[in-house]
Amino acid sequence: MLRSVGLESPEELFSTIPADILLTDRLNVPDALSEMELLARFESLAAQNAAALRPSFLGAGAYTHYSPTIIDSLIQRSEFFTAYTPYQPEVSQGTLQAIFEFQTLVCQLTGMEVANASMYDGSTALAEAVLMAERVTRRNKVIVSPALHPEYLHVAETYVAHAGIELQQGGFDERTGLSTFDDAAVDDKTAALVVQSPNFFGCVEDLAVLAERAHRAGALLVVCVTEAISLGLLKSPGACGADIVVAEGQSFGVPVSFGGPYVGLFATRERYARQIPGRLVGVAYDREGRRGFVLTLATREQHIRREKATSNICTNEGLIALAATIYLETMGRRGLQEVAAQCAQKAAYAARKIGELEGFSLPYSAPRFNEFVVRAPAAAEGLLERIADEHNITGGLALSRYSPARANDFLVCVTETNRRSEIDALVAALKSI
Amino acid sequence: MTTPKATTHVTQNEALIFERSQTGRCGYRLPALDVDETPIDELIPSNLRRDDDLAGVPEVSEPDVVRHFTRISTWNYNIDLGMYPLGSCTMKYNSRLNERVARIAGFANLHPLASERDAQGALEVIYELQQHLAEITGLPGISLQPAAGAHGEMTGVMIIRAYLDARDGEASSKRRVMLIPDSAHGTNPASAHLSGFTVKTVRSTPEGQTDLDALRDLCSAGDVAGLMLTNPNTVGLFEKNIREICRIVHDAGGLVYMDGANMNALVGWARPGDMGVDVIHLNLHKTFSTPHGGGGPGSGPCCCTKELEPFLPVPRVVRGGDGFKVDYDQPESIGRVKAFYGNFGMHLRALAYILTHGRDGLREATEAAVLNARVIAEGLTSDYERPFSDPPMHEVVFTDKRQGRKGVNTLDIAKRLIDYGFHPMTIYFPLIVQGAMLIEPTESVGRQEIQQFVEAMRAIAREAQEDPELVRTAPHTTKIGRLDEAAAARKPILRWKPEEKSATA
Repeated sequence: MLRSVGLESPEELFSTIPADILLTDRLNVPDALSEMELLARFESLAAQNAAALRPSFLGAGAYTHYSPTIIDSLIQRSEFFTAYTPYQPEVSQGTLQAIFEFQTLVCQLTGMEVANASMYDGSTALAEAVLMAERVTRRNKVIVSPALHPEYLHVAETYVAHAGIELQQGGFDERTGLSTFDDAAVDDKTAALVVQSPNFFGCVEDLAVLAERAHRAGALLVVCVTEAISLGLLKSPGACGADIVVAEGQSFGVPVSFGGPYVGLFATRERYARQIPGRLVGVAYDREGRRGFVLTLATREQHIRREKATSNICTNEGLIALAATIYLETMGRRGLQEVAAQCAQKAAYAARKIGELEGFSLPYSAPRFNEFVVRAPAAAEGLLERIADEHNITGGLALSRYSPARANDFLVCVTETNRRSEIDALVAALKSI
Repeated sequence: MTTPKATTHVTQNEALIFERSQTGRCGYRLPALDVDETPIDELIPSNLRRDDDLAGVPEVSEPDVVRHFTRISTWNYNIDLGMYPLGSCTMKYNSRLNERVARIAGFANLHPLASERDAQGALEVIYELQQHLAEITGLPGISLQPAAGAHGEMTGVMIIRAYLDARDGEASSKRRVMLIPDSAHGTNPASAHLSGFTVKTVRSTPEGQTDLDALRDLCSAGDVAGLMLTNPNTVGLFEKNIREICRIVHDAGGLVYMDGANMNALVGWARPGDMGVDVIHLNLHKTFSTPHGGGGPGSGPCCCTKELEPFLPVPRVVRGGDGFKVDYDQPESIGRVKAFYGNFGMHLRALAYILTHGRDGLREATEAAVLNARVIAEGLTSDYERPFSDPPMHEVVFTDKRQGRKGVNTLDIAKRLIDYGFHPMTIYFPLIVQGAMLIEPTESVGRQEIQQFVEAMRAIAREAQEDPELVRTAPHTTKIGRLDEAAAARKPILRWKPEEKSATA
């Protein structure tokens, strides 16, 4: 083939690269592995991830839920996973229709009017929501609940560092475990109140009250949901008056996979549709009047508007959004309700049992969904390590990871995948220590 | 009684799932609740619970779902079906082996907040991939946290901003201009804007190279923070003055950011670090073969010089003790750009790609990718206008100039290519080439298919002369024809609603 283009050696293909920057040595990368060798290598690495192989009560932004078998089977169809972004609608209707269904499902669950084709994850979706709130209101102060996932806050801080937005911290009621917003702080410079529900400590916020509080000052309410299964049971943020709703969609059948890939959900009111970041799919018709789907409202996006775009996002999380779509359609209306109810019931059972243990308490009084804080009689980190070593259970997340002052607190998450015997084993383990 | 008429099979007209929903259908079964049930009102008061009974969410059976997605999937073109020559997108083969690796339970079921000691295998994967990417780019500082190319760009530009702020203190505020060539992808200016930079455009020469005089001029003002450059650039040419370009920007006190979208032309042959580049992002979903998935997930690692390393996102995964650890102690870091560690599932696949290719395989893949583009360049020059005469790297740009005389434009040619069984090339990008058709075959196509592609393109060129209407009305073989995108944007319908059932069925 080289000869067919008049060349003698592969080196000639790279003749336009100046000689002084052409590599003369081979890369310092190992020699090729066969399929068997590669699998053996990765199997042995995977075996060192002890936490993946034992019962776990970790949540805090990544949740283990049951994933129906057909999800992985369908997303591994070549037609889905080896397709590109659907720029050519005539040969991408499968992807486009799936995204349209995803957008619809996100609207139904969040109670909003418009949703996009996905963001990278919940944390970046939240950061983009903060930027959007500034664009919509032309105000630059954003008040964030202290009960927001600490990593989400950290991401938002990075995104707004050069955007002229001031992030302020709201208040927190140490008795209830709920966010508070000081009347004096919410003023005519406030673009948005940002609140997570259920919040980082597992408490369900009263969003309707917070929406009213924000709207009174002409600000938006941005609601963040990290445990999207809660939407099967809790009143939708839209019904409570939220203006922008973002969520982590990993709970919808996506493996925890050490933190990604996940999928960010982003939804808002119809009047803000042209301010939304990312891709949108809409209905279109051909000359014969046949219905199809296309990427639309592209004039918001970077490939048209360049530096004036609503976001720089291009590739998003298409295949994971597809997985979430298949999950939501397979579980359906009743399945989502049942999963959510089971999570709440099992968490309530676990909370009651742990709360009865001597020396342990549940510090917050607010209603919870499937996570709760436990206050232990000793430092939680060491306690959880011992439970892992001696009882082979990952008992939760020591909150000292994010806040040194919370040395004795840990966050427990219970889902439909945790059998009663696992919960009882956790309770017994805590009791024995 | 009327006789039922045969109609187009439902596979060609699969409705939206909402239109198939039947009350009472169910596609799942959970184990029975195994704990004592507490009345729900005692757990969560009714004013905090849904009162809409999830109206509108579909009720369908498992076979309904499988048929639904299988049917609509057949309307997609995909790499496994054939060549997908999207320029600057690097649509190469996605190995099934890599999919298997990502699904190993010890990775897929590993929670991101597991303690360090319980996640050593995953941390080693991240660390090892970091090492290989640093070697491939010649840039030793690296973070795998960014989730896609544009995210990596944003990270890289923020690193430049943080470095300049640290270096120049107050005086840094005078350096707020980011230079971007007129051929750049739209994500570049959008990412620069997010870091508070003003964008100024550097023009290209008629030969398709960055104009050095224009660059010197722009750099003389003293307000330049940096240059964002794609290399090979978006017309498929290597920026042969890259060393000089970097020198000019560095002499002016700025830094050079390289968009790594086109790294598939360089792996194993040349390294951005050796060219003078300060920071780059890679697209693991391009060069390193992680699947595009119909628009993601991607992964956009950011690699930089030793000097810029302190500004990378936190946490960093480093060697420590007798294992690997997560290091948060980076006081100069720009912060976090994503929760947890980035798209770890993509890291696994990319590492598997590197390990199965090995040092020689990586170099040979690059060679094949460039050779394939060269064959297309040679094969189409007789029929299509090629605006730049230098030999292309891994992708080549043509225009519709000759076909335009018959009223056939780039969009028509792209749509007609579908009838020949190929996915269209990238069209109307870069913006500096009027009627651009940017073709990137990658290494994943054999000689025979390359020839078929060339023949299809030539046949379309002939049709444009002899029967232009045939091309202008393409595609003729798909489920639907060209859609009225303007009407769709004027009155956007972005979700299904029950009342639209009859209107849109």
